Amino acid sequence: MTTTSRYRAAARMIAAIGAVSLAAACSGNGGTTGTTGATGGGGYPDRNITIVVPFSAGGPTDTVTRLIAEPMAAKLGTKVVVQNVEGAGGTVGAGEVSRAEPDGYTVLMHHIGMSTAPALYQDLGYKPLESFQTVGLVTEVPMTVVARKDFAPATLKDLVAHVKANAGKVTLANAGIGAASHLCGLLFQTAAGVKLQEVPYEGTGPALTDLVGGQVDFMCDQTTNTSGQITAGEVKAYAVTTPERVKSMPDLPTTTEAGLPQLQVSVWHGLYVPAGTPQDVVQKLSEALKTALADQKVVDQMAKLGTAPVPAEDATPQAHRTKLEEQLGTWAKVIADAGVKAS
Amino acid sequence: MELLDNLALGFSTALLVQNVLYCFVGVLLGTAVGVLPGIGPTATVAMLLPITFSFEPVTALIMLAGIYYGAQYGGSTTAILINLPGESSAAVTALDGHEMARQGRAGAALAAAAIGSFVAGTVATVALAVAAPPLARVALRFGPAEYFSLVLLGLIVSIALARGSTLKALAMIALGVLLGTVGQDIYTGTPRFVFGRRELYGGIDFVSVAVGMFGVAEILRNLENERTRVAVINRVSNLWPTREERRRIVGPILRGTGLGAALGVLPGGGHVLASFTSYAVEKRVSKRRQEFGSGAIEGVAGPESANNAAAQTSFIPLLTLGLPAHPVMALMVGAFIVHGITPGPNVITDQPALFWGLIASMWIGNVLLVLLNLPLIGLWVRMLRIPYQVLFPMIILFAAIGTYSLGFNAYDVYAIVFFGLLGYLLIKCGCEPAPLLLGFVLGPLLEENLRRALIINRGDVTVFVTRPISAVLLALTVAALVVAVLPAIRRRREVVFTEED
Repeated sequence: MTTTSRYRAAARMIAAIGAVSLAAACSGNGGTTGTTGATGGGGYPDRNITIVVPFSAGGPTDTVTRLIAEPMAAKLGTKVVVQNVEGAGGTVGAGEVSRAEPDGYTVLMHHIGMSTAPALYQDLGYKPLESFQTVGLVTEVPMTVVARKDFAPATLKDLVAHVKANAGKVTLANAGIGAASHLCGLLFQTAAGVKLQEVPYEGTGPALTDLVGGQVDFMCDQTTNTSGQITAGEVKAYAVTTPERVKSMPDLPTTTEAGLPQLQVSVWHGLYVPAGTPQDVVQKLSEALKTALADQKVVDQMAKLGTAPVPAEDATPQAHRTKLEEQLGTWAKVIADAGVKAS
Repeated sequence: MELLDNLALGFSTALLVQNVLYCFVGVLLGTAVGVLPGIGPTATVAMLLPITFSFEPVTALIMLAGIYYGAQYGGSTTAILINLPGESSAAVTALDGHEMARQGRAGAALAAAAIGSFVAGTVATVALAVAAPPLARVALRFGPAEYFSLVLLGLIVSIALARGSTLKALAMIALGVLLGTVGQDIYTGTPRFVFGRRELYGGIDFVSVAVGMFGVAEILRNLENERTRVAVINRVSNLWPTREERRRIVGPILRGTGLGAALGVLPGGGHVLASFTSYAVEKRVSKRRQEFGSGAIEGVAGPESANNAAAQTSFIPLLTLGLPAHPVMALMVGAFIVHGITPGPNVITDQPALFWGLIASMWIGNVLLVLLNLPLIGLWVRMLRIPYQVLFPMIILFAAIGTYSLGFNAYDVYAIVFFGLLGYLLIKCGCEPAPLLLGFVLGPLLEENLRRALIINRGDVTVFVTRPISAVLLALTVAALVVAVLPAIRRRREVVFTEED
């Protein structure tokens, strides 16, 4: 749940004491000691590892992190605690990890937002490729294009034709600036060659509520959020945005099958450590990640969430870095074209 | 008779030994985190969620739900005893509840809150069993325009929260609204009043504001004067409400329950309005209006009932449509999915034992809460006898821990200090913190829904009067304004009468 905030300034002492005593009170095993001194090398790990999730507890990213934390801890032979450092589209938590001791005891779990933040935020305070060392990809959550159930278009092709003909009337919901649903919506508009009225919400919950209630026309969001409403028939689903269909919804075509192959997007998650972390430490973390992703329990739970672990060859620092580089390029263009700014 | 069959199925599920046990664990944990200021149910549920993966689905959901409504229940305790509300609803309870505690009637206030919560919980559970699906359909008709009108109505009605100068109350509401705008604007992404601090992008947390304005400011005020401080700690009279008080809380409990149950169904923030509105209504209908704000038991019983009823009925959108009304419920959606159950309209038909078992467990949970809390009242009240040299630092320590645990953001802790000092300053100037909190909670809701309604309708303002529900709510708002202005006219007449006497 928490650990000492070694990397925080002394001015934050009170808060740190609070966190430690809270850990002691809630988990019964006390907080970890506040020793600094990067040990790295052969002895790693000799104390608790913290995975920072830059989003709120209970969200999709947090759920995925907690799923893999346990098998990773078993492989590494230490405790892994998950800490939620929220704010500003994940940039607060990422910034904090970028300034942490590069010793492998502070790890960041981040999603697609790592590649969009440089385009969305000024003065980010860190650079994705230079401030971090990639550890490996974790999962790529597919996204779905869904509409209110009485929305006229029947297929994805119809939808594209409909929004082109009624660009002034159709509303496209999203879960806020920089959210996965916002990015997917931007990509949809680029792919369909149309500019729509976007309706931002504070999170997926309220957006989906208004979609089910018929207040807005359509949106694009992760399967983790939409599969429940889709199978219950509360919303109309057009397509899934990955190259392959999703196991839990075998009847739902892919965007390629449905005639909009340009709409390819997934909410990819990866683990990072601060740049300068010793290579053998990164390797150990990557191995632990691979073990966790092969764990049958993790596979089963992810399947229920409508996603799957990445193949073993993608859970490596190199594959992750390649993905990050490619995505940084993609989103810089999409976001600049759309003229979106978060700060 | 189908309902009876369903309830029989529900109780046969909920009364299984392990389900009663985990229901108890849930409400116990909920009460504990509700009592500890700051540490909210959301963090607790998030931490416990992975543990529940190995449970039977119904057992897991019973426990998680128990944590949620148990926390609503426990939240009133610290609000009453030490003026430290952890949620917006408890802030209203603190107004009169803490005044009662200062007068040595903490026991009566706690008992009124417990009894009110139990009645409300029971009635709301019945509402859930009888009418969940149709109520959910009604709730879905509330779009941005309706929420805007509803919040506007709530804001106008709740101006009654203020006592003393109306001008100062309005100034406090405006300040609260301004504080509510801090953070990234969700429509344009523009940061507002963040002074370049990324930590402020998410806005100021409600808990920081409430803990600072109420709790810390109260402590500062107590420290300045040896005499009043002793008075708070030592004078504790009878633990139970007198016969007169018991008679006085019947009406508020029933009205609060009805109001809370209705507002709780609305997933877009209805439950936030419940306790504010109930307080306003009680103050309006009471013959002892002048007592409100200085220890009226109605001001505790009504809002607490409303809050608990709303906590219960806010499960309706979740259970019937799979739509979460609160972050805790978003976590419960996750719990449903992990257990292979799709939350939505199919749950009632595909998983009747789970649906009805969960509903029955809520009533059992309410019974357990009363059994748990009534005997504890004596213990809680004794807490007031802890010497202030120990109590005050402990309160501040727990408040800091709890607030920090919300998002591991040190700024939330700095905010307590800031709002503590601001709150103290405002008390010294004769300004009330409650209207500020009201503006802080409702202001952003008002803005968000106004702008969303206009975006969806492309700037057409007539949408607020052409949509029937919205139009009715706006008409009620106008009526409320007229009623609010009338007493001023009447008072002028009364003044005339007294002069004649």
